[in-house]
Amino acid sequence: MKNGERAIDVHGMTKRYGDRAVVDHVDLTVRVGEIYGFLGPNGSGKTTFLRMLCGLLRADDGNGQVLGHDVISESEAIKREVGYMTQRFSFWEDLSIEENLDFVARMYGMKKRREVVRQSIARLGLAGREAQLAGQLSGGWKQRLALAACLIHRPRLLLLDEPTAGVDPKARRDFWEQIHQLAADGLTFLITTHYMDEAERCHRLAYISYGKLLADGTVDEVIAQVGLTTWAVSGPDLSRLADQLRHQPGVQQAVAFGNALHVSSDDAAELERAIAPFQRAPYDWRQIPSGLEDAFISLMQGSTDNFAP
Amino acid sequence: MKRHPRFSFARLRGIIVKEFTQMRRDRLTFAMMLGIPLIQLTLFGYAINADPRHLPAAVLLADRGPQGRTVLAAMQNSTYFDFVRQVQTEVEGRELLARGEVQFVINIPENFSRDLLRGDRPAILVEADATDPAATGNALGSLGNLLNSALQNDLKGPLASLNPTDGPIDLRVHALYNPEVITQYNIVPGLMGVILTMTMILITGLAITRERERGTMENLLSMPTRPSEVLIGKIIPYILVGYIQVGVILLAAYFLFHVPMQGSIALLLLVALVFIAANLAMGITFSTIAKNQLQAMQMTFFVFLPSILLSGFMFPFRGMPRWAQWIGEVFPLTHFLRITRGILLKGNTTNEIMLQLWQIALFAVIAVAIGIKRYRQTLD
Repeated sequence: MKNGERAIDVHGMTKRYGDRAVVDHVDLTVRVGEIYGFLGPNGSGKTTFLRMLCGLLRADDGNGQVLGHDVISESEAIKREVGYMTQRFSFWEDLSIEENLDFVARMYGMKKRREVVRQSIARLGLAGREAQLAGQLSGGWKQRLALAACLIHRPRLLLLDEPTAGVDPKARRDFWEQIHQLAADGLTFLITTHYMDEAERCHRLAYISYGKLLADGTVDEVIAQVGLTTWAVSGPDLSRLADQLRHQPGVQQAVAFGNALHVSSDDAAELERAIAPFQRAPYDWRQIPSGLEDAFISLMQGSTDNFAP
Repeated sequence: MKRHPRFSFARLRGIIVKEFTQMRRDRLTFAMMLGIPLIQLTLFGYAINADPRHLPAAVLLADRGPQGRTVLAAMQNSTYFDFVRQVQTEVEGRELLARGEVQFVINIPENFSRDLLRGDRPAILVEADATDPAATGNALGSLGNLLNSALQNDLKGPLASLNPTDGPIDLRVHALYNPEVITQYNIVPGLMGVILTMTMILITGLAITRERERGTMENLLSMPTRPSEVLIGKIIPYILVGYIQVGVILLAAYFLFHVPMQGSIALLLLVALVFIAANLAMGITFSTIAKNQLQAMQMTFFVFLPSILLSGFMFPFRGMPRWAQWIGEVFPLTHFLRITRGILLKGNTTNEIMLQLWQIALFAVIAVAIGIKRYRQTLD
């Protein structure tokens, strides 16, 4: 597969538990060599969607292809070419680093297994710590090991479920460097995350909430799709101002960002009417471009909660 | 210094309500809490009988006179003996004992009645399968008085003078297979089965639930691995563990308890393989059903307890009522006990143990089949 071709091309993917759709007719296209960010609140169906792609869960509806294999009927073929990194560390804590990698290499029937494992350890800078038990590793090292294990069978697509949860900023930065390098070599990534800075490092994004895909595209496209108008206001006692603003009809968000308050709505005219009474000294108002976080919070507030009674 | 928060009954109540809710959700624990006392009451209260009666006996009746029948009728009336077979030769009687089909063979010799009336103190030979001394003890103990009083009716009036003080007949008891009636000879080979049952079910029971509990199952399932690979891959290492246990127990039996080893040890090891496999298969199947390690452990005890009580390990199998024996027949341990005792104490060969062996094998096959069917390839 060449860059630009579709690594993931699925339509109408649906998973129901009882009569509740956890993933509700989601379409997704990811091109080869792309880093695709998958965002959404907890319980929005991100993990379920990833599991359906790699055959861990049976989809109730939907069709399409992953790496050219049918997503429903060819899950065994997909498993061989996809690396899936679970949200929770899921390697064997009572096995050493080397034993874990060796086990994975065996499961995928790798040729020259010893060599593959040795290279993997060296590449990830784990040399000298092969014999350490996985359970004794810190969060950052566990994450490195998990990534190394997911890469051992040379997959063409990696599905990473919140790979940087609980990892310190330095390790996160290193991790993303590595992801970009691997993507440059032609590997495709679908990564779920909660972090805005990580979302902005992705080539393209999708936002899913309560099982429904609400927006997708580049960062700018997603912000444009939400169509938010945002004003920044600075001045004294912003928390009291935020309280007052939140009760104004037409104000959807009033969120503190450092020394300023970001006030947004998807209806520009209504927002201007709502803030007019406050546009006086000592407050300093100016309109700013909406950020990704403003857009996501707006999406989150707008979506209906199908878990609510 | 901060004061400790005061004890709050409202909080206490909240906790109690929560515990009850969780208990209600956890069906298995709930079933165990009710089930174990019920099972124990049933087993100890009704099923366990230290004075087993209605023990199957074969009779070799060569006597043609009425006194032989009087003796047999008295034995039957005592309820200790149930005459289930009539044999023609001593060899035939021995075979029934070796296969465990009867507990006793009663041999009433030719001319018993004539010799009795002549006052010659004729012999009655009772051969008993004494591998489990508890099963035969009371029956044999009662025999002397039983026979004497039975013949009182026939030996009165003018014949009373023929009633010698040391009894009219010469009762000879042969405690076969365990002539000194040493309990360890019965217990130690039995322990092998009990220990294997316990440990084999338990470790494999935890094998898959542990994966699920630690989240590693998701990883395992995302790899191209087949259910049969996982299940059999988890069974094989424990077969080795099982053999180590068998070895230790056999060595202890030989050197510490001086248990006689009449039969072929190679045959016993072969049977042990089938038995270990049956238990591992059962454990793996539990593992695929249980949601977590605790449940797997509970299921193990759910099987282990009736196994140990109803298999004939702790209490004589024939002392139990019919329904309890039927349940006992299901457990591999019951059959394995008969085989180990048979091989070690009776010198049984392949022929005699075949009936027991295939029942263990059948159990293993069914358990593996359920396990593979239950093992889910997805997280659904």
